[in-house]
Amino acid sequence: MVKQITSFSRNGLLDWLYQRISAIVLGAYFVFLAYFIGSHPNLTFGQWSGLFDNLAMKIATLLALIAFLVHTWIGLWTITTDYITERMMGDKAIWIRLPVQVLYSVMLSVLVIWGIVILWGGH
Amino acid sequence: MTKLKTLEFDAIVVGGGGAGLRAALQLTSSKLNTACISKVFPTRSHTVSAQGGITCAIASDDPNDNWHWHMYDTVKGSDYIGDQEAIEYMCSEGPKAVYELEHMGLPFSRTESGRIYQRPFGGQSKDFGKGGQAARTCAAADRTGHALLHTLYQNNLKHGTKFYNEWYAIDLVKNDKNEVNGVIAIEIETGELVFFKAKATILATGGAGRIYSSTTNAHINTGDGIGMAIRAGFPMQDMEMWQFHPTGIYGAGSLVTEGCRGEGGYLINKDGERFMERYAPNAKDLASRDVVSRSMVMEILEGRGCGEKGDHVLLKLDHLGEKSLHSKLPGICELAQTFAHVDPVTTPIPVVPTCHYMMGGIPTNIGGQAISPNGDSDSLIPGLFACGEAACVSVHGANRLGGNSLLDLVVFGRSVGMQVTKQIQEGASISSATNDDITKAMSRIDRLNNSTSGESITELRSLLQNTMQMHFGVFRDGKHMHQGLEKIKELEKRMGNIHLEDKSKVFNTARIEALELDNLFQVAKSTAIAAEFRTESRGAHARNDYTERDDENWLAHSVYWPTTEKITKRTVNFAPKTMEAFKPTVRSY
Amino acid sequence: MKANIYRYDPEKDSKPYMQEFDIEIPDNKDIMVLDLLHLAKEQDSSLSFRRSCREGVCGSDGMSMNGTNGLACITPISAVAKNNKIDIRPLTGMPIIKDLVVDMSLFYKQYEKIKPYLINDQPEPAIERLQSPEDREKLDGLYECILCACCSSSCPSFWWNPDKFIGPAGLLQSYRFLADSRDTATSERLQDLEDPFSVFRCRGIVNCVNVCPKGLNPTKAIGKIKSMLLNKAT
Repeated sequence: MVKQITSFSRNGLLDWLYQRISAIVLGAYFVFLAYFIGSHPNLTFGQWSGLFDNLAMKIATLLALIAFLVHTWIGLWTITTDYITERMMGDKAIWIRLPVQVLYSVMLSVLVIWGIVILWGGH
Repeated sequence: MTKLKTLEFDAIVVGGGGAGLRAALQLTSSKLNTACISKVFPTRSHTVSAQGGITCAIASDDPNDNWHWHMYDTVKGSDYIGDQEAIEYMCSEGPKAVYELEHMGLPFSRTESGRIYQRPFGGQSKDFGKGGQAARTCAAADRTGHALLHTLYQNNLKHGTKFYNEWYAIDLVKNDKNEVNGVIAIEIETGELVFFKAKATILATGGAGRIYSSTTNAHINTGDGIGMAIRAGFPMQDMEMWQFHPTGIYGAGSLVTEGCRGEGGYLINKDGERFMERYAPNAKDLASRDVVSRSMVMEILEGRGCGEKGDHVLLKLDHLGEKSLHSKLPGICELAQTFAHVDPVTTPIPVVPTCHYMMGGIPTNIGGQAISPNGDSDSLIPGLFACGEAACVSVHGANRLGGNSLLDLVVFGRSVGMQVTKQIQEGASISSATNDDITKAMSRIDRLNNSTSGESITELRSLLQNTMQMHFGVFRDGKHMHQGLEKIKELEKRMGNIHLEDKSKVFNTARIEALELDNLFQVAKSTAIAAEFRTESRGAHARNDYTERDDENWLAHSVYWPTTEKITKRTVNFAPKTMEAFKPTVRSY
Repeated sequence: MKANIYRYDPEKDSKPYMQEFDIEIPDNKDIMVLDLLHLAKEQDSSLSFRRSCREGVCGSDGMSMNGTNGLACITPISAVAKNNKIDIRPLTGMPIIKDLVVDMSLFYKQYEKIKPYLINDQPEPAIERLQSPEDREKLDGLYECILCACCSSSCPSFWWNPDKFIGPAGLLQSYRFLADSRDTATSERLQDLEDPFSVFRCRGIVNCVNVCPKGLNPTKAIGKIKSMLLNKAT
């Protein structure tokens, strides 16, 4: 009933599903990282960097980055459409909301690309 | 005066309760340009409070049930002054109207075979009174009225009825030929006045239980349609007939459905005795409402009432078991907790007969056309229609059976819709009202808006309610009623001098209450005059000075004429179309 | 008893204020908040509030009493008064028309949006459509809604987006028709709810459940709608 073009998937059910799946991916990733740090009390840079040389870890990290992008996009979009609305601040809302949405989209994209560069860019 | 804004429709329905919504639905789905004017959002109308169900011979509980038996019960319940042609129509069309409701989505309770659940109600029998208790009341738990009203509102949304919610109709506009052209109404939110002009004006404004101080009725039941019609000079029928429901919660007045007794509950006095066994050996607690209410008052008067003041009796339900109570009577369990602070699962509910229903009203034919009885023939009032509690078709006569009011709403709401559609499609029209006619209809609101000092609305209202309660209750007698009428005449002088303190426009509820008080007063006065006039006991009208029914003189409707304040008699219809009439006999349960 | 009542008359007040009423309670009875309002109106006839059935079934008098939404007619003063004092305010988050009367048009609009009526494209039988008691039982806890708006007006998601989020009351009714074995429009109904606002603005904070005067559970119904949507899409 309500059409939206700036939402992540333009579909509430998909957004809702993506948010949950991305939460699971992020959750699993950070639990693993916590476990890794916990089991290496005297963690060295070598061990840490070795972990990320592993292909499986690279893939997992990439997945986590994408999940981060999706999860944050949906979350921030919700916040902008809850609080930065015509009902709350009148006609000027669109001129605040849209730039904010563009800004976080760009920031999130930069973060993800930067992450990929770190992961695959070599030492 | 600036010219009043006019909105024009084929038909307007005043009132958004069960009858109004059913009529509006019929009209809108017949493609008539229809407006429904309601002083509250439609689902706040009093139909929402109906609990037990809608009585109708759909033969679910008993496959052999038939509408003739229902008709017999209704005629007997009416104490023989219900019009038999109308009752025949209601009982025979009933099943169709109930199935329609089900098709619209009404969430009826169900039997194991998937049909509509029916429960026993008072005054119901099989085989013309010879086959024992029937179970004929179709129910949606104990929230049938709520389910019905919401279903009707929903279907009006589906079909696109134009709603004017929180608009209050003030007075009818009629021309010099006594034809009704519409109503003047005020939008409560803005205070704006508008003339709603229509070829047909349907009054579905419900009851007026607020003329009594103790009533099951909502605050909004102020007899607005009756008041408007009386001010326009149109007659009222059987206004002395007021039903006192046996089980209003003591102190609060909230209704406890007859379905409680239908499901096996019964009344006890202070000795724990099931006293209805003495008054109605066969039907016991499921005798007709007038009979049960009188028996309760007798118990109280003879010193067997309960409580410190001995002024109520108890409704015992605990023996039905927690599971059954919670599934069949969940709303009652909530109400009893809230208003009587008892849990019916363990403790009986204190109850007392409480004003519940107006059997009288605007006399109409089966098509809902308002009638001006004229000797033996009836003349029709062009443009005016009525249905539901505001109308007197008359299917309830001197006493309504439980579950018959919801049936009345849908059957006659539907039939008034069909009648109006037919007339408009056949090109019926009425001549327009002049500016003078409109000004006349505005006079009441103008006076109120210009009042500078005078009587308090709340004070007059409570005086009126107390007078009615004291002098026109379950038992009546000539002397007492005469005193009551004198008090009402006194009040009438003060009524002309009501003062509206707050003249603001936006959502001014004080203005609406002042306008409502006029209507309450008209209803009360006609009730008092008609009650004093009927010198017999029949149905709900029980006199200590005339204790017997007098068929020789009083097998008749009373008709109140507002301009002369006189009563005349009108012949009861004993001519059903498809069968022999039921002859008056001794009425016992 | 002191009643602090929210007052605003757009014709004369530039902004709302709280008016203190000193109210004598007859016989010190535990009256309902609605009775208290009637007593206040006797002191000041310009006080406006909605009321009708006075027994909790019509849904007219939803309001905020000492911070919690409920129906004034079935809320005893003992249940809300603190130190013999009650604050009475209109339903939260809705535009005020006057005093305790709020503009409910968006609330009703959301209700209308869910097509709150049975849709069945099969020809009507000569009698009622059959429904088993088990199927009928699925409507319990849904059809009883009285549209008082206590739930929706206590829901932050509805405060922010009352024009887009259907809100707990509307969604409860939406599920009432989705759950009805007689309704054949399930997939169209679900399709209408897939967008990011109509259903998915519900964050499951159960404010609606906590205030519902009829003891209904919109959050649970919304959960069921989400499962139905997921079921349909996967």
